Amino acid sequence: MDTGATVTSQQQHGKRRTAGLTRGDTALEVRNLETHFALRTGTLKAVDDVSFTLRRGETLCVVGESGSGKSVTARSILQTVPQPGRVVGGEVLLHGSGDDPDGVVDLAALDPRGRAIRAIRGREIAMIFQEPMSSLSPVHTIGSQIAEALKLHTNLDKPARRARIIDLLRRVEIPDPEQTIDRYPFEYSGGMRQRAMIAMALACNPSILIADEPTTALDVTTQAEILDLIGELQDEFGMAVMFITHDMGVVAEIADQVCVMKLGKMVEAGPVEDLFHAPAHPYSRMLIGSAVKLEQPAAAKIEMRARGDGAGGGPRVILRAERLCKEFVSRKGFFGAEARVVRAIDDADLALHEGETLGVVGESGSGKTTLGRCLLRMVEPSAGRITYHGRDGVPIDVTALDKRGLRRLYRDIRMIFQDPFGSLNPRMTVAHLIGEPLLLMGWKPRAIKDRVADLLERVGLSAGHMERYPHAFSGGQRQRISIARALAPEPRLIIADEATSALDVSIRAQVLDLLLSLQGQMQLSFIFISHDISVIRYFCDRVAVMYRGRIVETGPAMQVCDHPQHAYTKALLSAVPRPDPRQRRIHTRHRYVAEDHASTEMMEAR
Amino acid sequence: MTLTHHTPDDADTPGQAEQTPAVSRADVASQWQLMWWRFKRHRLAMISAIIVLLIYLVAVFAEFLAPAPPGQTSTRHTYAPPQGINLFVADAEGGWRFLPHVNGYQVEIDPVAIRRTFVVDPDAVIPIGLFVRSEPYLLMGFIPMERRLIGPVDPGDPFYLLGADRLGRDMLSRIIHGARVSMSIGLVGVAVSLLLGVLLGGLSGYYGGRIDDIIQRVIEFLKAIPTIPLWMGLAAAIPRDWAPLTVYFVITVLISLIGWTSLAREVRGRFLSMKTEDFVAAARLDGAGELRIIMRHMAPSFISHIIATLTLAIPAMILAETALSFLGIGLRPPVVSWGVLLQEAQNVRSVSTAPWLLIPGLAVVVSVLSLNFLGDGLRDAADPYAH
Repeated sequence: MDTGATVTSQQQHGKRRTAGLTRGDTALEVRNLETHFALRTGTLKAVDDVSFTLRRGETLCVVGESGSGKSVTARSILQTVPQPGRVVGGEVLLHGSGDDPDGVVDLAALDPRGRAIRAIRGREIAMIFQEPMSSLSPVHTIGSQIAEALKLHTNLDKPARRARIIDLLRRVEIPDPEQTIDRYPFEYSGGMRQRAMIAMALACNPSILIADEPTTALDVTTQAEILDLIGELQDEFGMAVMFITHDMGVVAEIADQVCVMKLGKMVEAGPVEDLFHAPAHPYSRMLIGSAVKLEQPAAAKIEMRARGDGAGGGPRVILRAERLCKEFVSRKGFFGAEARVVRAIDDADLALHEGETLGVVGESGSGKTTLGRCLLRMVEPSAGRITYHGRDGVPIDVTALDKRGLRRLYRDIRMIFQDPFGSLNPRMTVAHLIGEPLLLMGWKPRAIKDRVADLLERVGLSAGHMERYPHAFSGGQRQRISIARALAPEPRLIIADEATSALDVSIRAQVLDLLLSLQGQMQLSFIFISHDISVIRYFCDRVAVMYRGRIVETGPAMQVCDHPQHAYTKALLSAVPRPDPRQRRIHTRHRYVAEDHASTEMMEAR
Repeated sequence: MTLTHHTPDDADTPGQAEQTPAVSRADVASQWQLMWWRFKRHRLAMISAIIVLLIYLVAVFAEFLAPAPPGQTSTRHTYAPPQGINLFVADAEGGWRFLPHVNGYQVEIDPVAIRRTFVVDPDAVIPIGLFVRSEPYLLMGFIPMERRLIGPVDPGDPFYLLGADRLGRDMLSRIIHGARVSMSIGLVGVAVSLLLGVLLGGLSGYYGGRIDDIIQRVIEFLKAIPTIPLWMGLAAAIPRDWAPLTVYFVITVLISLIGWTSLAREVRGRFLSMKTEDFVAAARLDGAGELRIIMRHMAPSFISHIIATLTLAIPAMILAETALSFLGIGLRPPVVSWGVLLQEAQNVRSVSTAPWLLIPGLAVVVSVLSLNFLGDGLRDAADPYAH
């Protein structure tokens, strides 16, 4: 009946709760938090004596590499640590909860399954997760999932709830909220799902928002939009935001306060300016150093090119692709529904010179991985021509090769995969993994063993690692094993598909430096596929920018990165956060909307 | 964030990143070792494994372990109740003497029902012993022996630890001999299923397309047939005059005719999911041929799953045999299987007078349960790399 009035009063209630509190008021204090996991092998201190303060209107970034205990810290606040974890010590003081602005509640002392903490979850403190796909239920509409929080924490009736949800969706910039409220998560794109998650988190006007790597699974342009949105909403509602990330660029972009974590311990905390410009702890220095290092081309690369070894784009072409196309035809439906054709690669022209590193950059779905696989005919191209110039300079038509010819080609062109866990067979020892191509080339076991030992030393592991299985190694070490395997048959060209994306930033620079030094030693050429522009700038000589299957721009790396020509490249570059809080530029970025896709852009389901 | 990242030899923090960590046992452990460590932690599965092993040992050494030949009848002891083993006898001076023995029976005729009832006769002491002499027999069909594990010292005395049946045959001996047929029918049936399942499932999953469609439709068709009527029909077609051994094999084939379908599905699923794994793509780029990719790179990761599935399939086979024989359309006397033994227990009156006829059912339950627990444990341990 009187729905409009109800909504307004709810909003006023929300305003009232935040209005009396000004920016800078303490919202949450964490003191000496300890969370332990009782494992079979002993106690794991996932969070070890961590203290920080969240203030209204401010953003605290918790930064650290994988395994540093960032996520467990966030979950400890709401007492949602997965089994067998348990908060064993410390205080989590929530200020101004409920109707009493001076009231303080110790969340750590509450029963993890009790009514008291449930009343706080979602109402006072809301949380956003990394995977927008898995944190939304696929069988409920977006609207009904947001309604859940309202049902639990407010006494709005059904029409009022709907009005409020539409209002929320509009606020997180989801187009046509009246219609999209009844859509399912799979009809939303990744960015829109994350927006819906944010809408859900904001449903009850929380005073604290905890965001656990909310943009890690998103493309940089979408990431920039989401960061923008969180910033705007924070200004509007005066929330305290706790933002967990591993990306120093994002930290520099949005943080007021930063807390650096390593192996469960807080190693440094302070204002963002101080941290970036005068980091006190060696670990923070290393993190910032690695991020800043990737902001410019590698010193080794410049030096090597100046010396002239690995010509960095000599006259001889090693691989050329002309008018390459790949169409995926979805199978005809059971009832004769029309087959859909997706053009993953659309008329791509590419030339790689001997000793050169060519970067292929683009967002997810741009066709860059398919391009890499087409070049090796792991995916058959639909049209076009690929020519490889062998050691003797004779051109080979790759598109016409038979199985045996391809097998010979695979000795010259090798591939490094993205996932260091999936690309190494866990059931084979390192020696078998690296020696496999040699064995198939007919090498004798003894010669293989010597060669594997040599390769392991080259990639910075030791020959003694030969008998171990992949599970004994960390992600960075596994990627080194992958590199050794790629190098085994003395290839001339390596196609690296997101080879460093799964690695922590400090390891990423180490692996890139390794590849550079190997390039110098072994006269290698690279095609380096990545979504990360800083990696491309650091490592590549030339760049091809892909957008929706098309190569929109090709040119020397420095030129493309500093003076992009195509509008899409400009938009892409403007969205990349830089690891320097004095150069925040997300607010000056611009969006690229392709002419022919303008209307479908937002609603595209990935 | 996974917790495993915290373990010291997995730490990838700079400084300690590329140092050589001390070799731990797990670093050089193959998948079978990892699986064994994991399986050992599953206590119920470990106990079940031991029980299953014992049951199969009993089946192998049935002739030696059984106190009597399974077909040995005794008209004086029809439906004789189980005897208890006593260790001491009272001697003349009122003391106790160590002498393992069972007590003999006294028969009383119930004048109303004209039915014989057995009463334990405390004075009839039948001394028993281990490794007692018996009539000669062949262990496993080829080792001549003249001793049994346990039995009456005088071979002619009655010795019924689990009672006797309608013809006065020793139930214990028959259950022990039944284990041989019942437990092996599971193994043989599973072997046939394995052959069909891996072959057809592998083809289906690896090649996909039309082959996949055809095989999957056949599986769906077979699964849609109600099994008991099918078995009944097929078993009824077996000529009565075939030798018991032939019937045994025909029944096995009949049972596994349905059994292979679920295994084929499992294998197909493994192939489908593994085809897209990066390490398979990497093997192809290493120059490996199709056969090598399947045998060297893919097979090791699904063999463990297949073993687990097989273990879970054996109980179904055992139950199928029991059901068929119970209904009288499977194995027939003189073959001794648990199903055949249970046929005796179809009659309510004989069950009420001789409830020990149901003990073969207990044997079925124990073996099926322990095979199931064992299979569960194997399945949990089958992928030691899953997080």
